[in-house]
Amino acid sequence: MIRLENLTKHYGSFVAVDDISLEVPRGALYGFLGPNGAGKTTTLRIIAGILRPTHGRVLLGGDDVHQQPIAAKTRLGFIPDRPFVYDKLTGAEFLRFVAALYGQEGDAIERRITELLEVFELTTWKDELVEAYSHGMRQKLIISSALIHRPQYIVVDEPMVGLDPKAARLLKDIFRQFVTRGGTVLLSTHTLEVAEAMCDRIAIIQQGKIVAEGTVNDLRQQHRAGDASLEELFLKLTGGAHVRELAEVLGDGAAA
Amino acid sequence: MRVPPQPSLWRVLEPKWRTALQRIREERSRGGSGKLLILILVGVGFWIGVFGVLYRILKYFRGVEDVGPLLAGKILGVVLLAFVGILVLSNVITALSSFFLAKDLDLLIAAPVDWLRIYLAKLSETLLHSSWMVALMAVPIFAAYGVVFRGGVLFMPYAVLAVFPLLVLPAVGGSALTLALVNIFPARRTRDLLSIVALGAAGGLILLFRLIRPERLASPEGFRNLLDFIAVLRTPTSPYLPSEWVSQAIMEFLRGKVDLMPLALLWSTAAAFVTLGALLHRRLFAPGFTKAQEAAERFVRGGWWRLTVGTMLGFLPVAKREFVIKDIKLFFRDTTQWSQLILLAVLVLVYLFNIKTLPLHRGEAVGFFYVTLVSFLNLGLAGFVLAAIAARFIFPAVSLEGRHMWLLRSSPLDLGALLWSKYWVGTVPLLALALLLTGLTNVLLEVRPFMMAVGLVTIAGLTFAIAALALAFGALYPQFETENAAQIPTSFGGLVYMMATIALLAAVIFVLWQAVYQYVRSVYLGRPMVVEASMLVWFAVAAALCAAVTAASLWVGLRRMERMEF
Repeated sequence: MIRLENLTKHYGSFVAVDDISLEVPRGALYGFLGPNGAGKTTTLRIIAGILRPTHGRVLLGGDDVHQQPIAAKTRLGFIPDRPFVYDKLTGAEFLRFVAALYGQEGDAIERRITELLEVFELTTWKDELVEAYSHGMRQKLIISSALIHRPQYIVVDEPMVGLDPKAARLLKDIFRQFVTRGGTVLLSTHTLEVAEAMCDRIAIIQQGKIVAEGTVNDLRQQHRAGDASLEELFLKLTGGAHVRELAEVLGDGAAA
Repeated sequence: MRVPPQPSLWRVLEPKWRTALQRIREERSRGGSGKLLILILVGVGFWIGVFGVLYRILKYFRGVEDVGPLLAGKILGVVLLAFVGILVLSNVITALSSFFLAKDLDLLIAAPVDWLRIYLAKLSETLLHSSWMVALMAVPIFAAYGVVFRGGVLFMPYAVLAVFPLLVLPAVGGSALTLALVNIFPARRTRDLLSIVALGAAGGLILLFRLIRPERLASPEGFRNLLDFIAVLRTPTSPYLPSEWVSQAIMEFLRGKVDLMPLALLWSTAAAFVTLGALLHRRLFAPGFTKAQEAAERFVRGGWWRLTVGTMLGFLPVAKREFVIKDIKLFFRDTTQWSQLILLAVLVLVYLFNIKTLPLHRGEAVGFFYVTLVSFLNLGLAGFVLAAIAARFIFPAVSLEGRHMWLLRSSPLDLGALLWSKYWVGTVPLLALALLLTGLTNVLLEVRPFMMAVGLVTIAGLTFAIAALALAFGALYPQFETENAAQIPTSFGGLVYMMATIALLAAVIFVLWQAVYQYVRSVYLGRPMVVEASMLVWFAVAAALCAAVTAASLWVGLRRMERMEF
C-alpha cells in the first residue's frame, strides 16, 4: 500500500503540495490527475524519495520513505517524466547499472535485461550508446529500468509521453498485469482517456490540494455530473478554457 | 502573404543576454555581495600581478637604448600571436556549440529570421564566448605599455580600436572551419575530433614554448653578438600576420606617430572576413545543420572494463562496484573529458623539465640546502598542481550526477556509497600522479632518503585531503545545469575550493617546516641526524591536519548531498 499522510511541500513561500493525505491500496492502478503546475510531479518525486516533504510522510508498504529509505525504495520503481539517462552508457549497461543499485547482479539479471529489451523492442540497440536513442526509446529504457528489480510499487509520471501507439498499448498491458498480480501503480497523466480506461481510482489535484477522489462513478455522483466523461468532470473541477477565448487566440489565421 | 519585418540582431540575441542577466541576479541573491567582492578582488589581484611584472620588464627595456623599444614591440607581437592561436582554437570549439548544437537553434531556424541575422547573431555569440578571457587578459598588458611608454589618455581607446578586429578574425575563421568540418563529419564526431585536436595543439604549444627555454631571451649574452641580436629584432615575424599589424599600430602610436595603414589593414580584412564568412554560411549552413542532427552511431562493447576493473573490485558490494565502473566508462567515452589528459601529460612534462633545468648542483654545501629547500617547497607547488587537477576532474563529480539524481535518489543506493565511489575514482589516479610527480622531482633533485620519505608521505596525505575538499566543495556549490564538465570548476565554488586548498597547503607546509628545519640544521652543522620527539610531534600534527580535513570534507559533502533537492 502507498500511503501519504498530510504531505506538504513549500518552495519558499509557494505551497506546491498542501496537506495531501491519500491511500493507494495494494493491487490498485491509481490515477493522479491535475492541470499543469498543480503539484503532481512534486508529489510523485516526494513519494520516490527524491524530494523531502516540508511536513507529513510517505509510507510504502509500512516503511517511511524518508526514515527507512533503503527498505522502502527497494520495493519501488520510479519512472520520471523527463528521461535523463547516462548518455555514454549503452542500453544494456544502463539496465545492469540500475540492477546493481538495487543490489542485484548475475545470470538472473542478464536474463531479465534480455527479456525487457526484447519486450520493448530495444534488442538491436542494446549495445549502442544512449545518446543515439530517440525520446521514445529512452522512455522505453527507463520503463525497463523501473521493472528490472521486480518492484512491488510503480510510481510513474506521464508514462505515455513519447511512446508510439504500440509501446503505449504494451505499457497499458504491463500495468494491468502488474496490478492483477498484486502490484500497485500510481500514475500521473494528462491523457484522460487512458486514466478513465485504466485506473481503478482517481485523485484530482489542483493548487496542491486534492479536490476530488474516488472511482470515476464516485466522482460523477459527488459532483452530480450524470454521464459526464472524465474529461468533462476534469474541466468542471479544474476550470476549462472558454470557447470565446479560444476563438480570440486563434484569430482568422486558422480559418484561412 | 506579407513578409514580416526582420527582428533586430539585439532581439535575436535577447534570450542569451536575458539569461546572462538573470544568472547574475541569481548569483547575487545566492551569494550576496561577499561573493562579488571576492571575485573582484581576485580579478583585480590578477590584473595587478600581470601589470606589475610587465611594467618592470618594459621599464627595463625602455632604459636600453635602441634595442629596448624594439624588444618591447617584439614581445607584444609574440603575445598577440599567442592570443590569436588561443582564439582560433577556442572559436572553433565555441562555434560548434553556438552554430550547431545550441538549444535555441530549432526555434531560431523555424522562425522567419533571415540567414544573415542568424549568422551575425551566432558569430557575435561565438566571439563573445571565446574572446572575453583574452580581452580581460589584454587589459593589464596594454595598460603596462600605455603607462611605460606614456601613451596618454587616448591610448586605451586606440588599443581597443586596433585589437577588436583581431578578435573578429579568429571568430570568423574558427566558425568557417567548423562549418566546413560539420559538412564532412557528424557534429558530435566533429566535437570529439576538435577537442582532441585543440587540446593536442594547446599541449604541443605549451611544450614547445617551454622546451625552447624563453628565459634565455632575457640574457642577450646568449646571442653570438649584438648585431645578430638587433637583426633578429628588426625582422618582422611576418608582414601578413594581423597580430603584427596590431603590434605595429600600437608601437607606432607609442612612439608618437599614428600610422593608419595597419588600422586600415585590420578593419578592411575583418570586414572582408565577415563578408566571406557570411557567404560561406549561406551556402553551407543548411546542409551542415541537417548533418549535425545525425547522431554518430556508436556501438560499444564494455566488456573490457568489467573484466579488468570489475574483477579487481570483486570484493566490493555490487552497487559500489558498478558505480565505479560506470564512472570510468563515462570518463573514457566522453572525448571532452579524457582528452584533458593530454594537457595533464604536458603539464607533468613541463613541471619535470622546470625542475631539471634548475641550476642547483654547483657547490656541495649550498647545493644541499637549496636542494632540500626546493624539494620541500615543491610539496606546496605539487599540491597546488594537484588541487588544480582535482578542480578539473573531482570538483564537477557531484554536479555531473545532477540530472541523474532522480534515479540515484529513488533507488535504495546509500548516498555514502555514491560519495565513496566518487572519492576513490578521483583519488586513486590523483595519488598515482602525486607520487610520480614528487618521486621523480626528488630523484631529479637528488635529495636524500629522509626528504624523499617526507615528500612522498606528505603528498599522499595532501592528496587524500585535496580530493575530499574538491568533492565537498563540488557538493556545496553544485552546477546542475552545466553540461560541460570543463566549465564547472570556473564557477565561484571552484574559486572558493582553490582558496581553501591553498590555505590547507600553507598550513601543512608551515607545520612540516618546523620538522624539516631541524633536519636541515643537523645536516648543515654536521651533527648526526636523529628523528627527535619534537619532529615526530610536527609530523603527527601535519598528518592529523590532513586526516581531519579529509574526514570533515567528506562528512560535509555527504550532509549537503542528503539535503539536495532536484
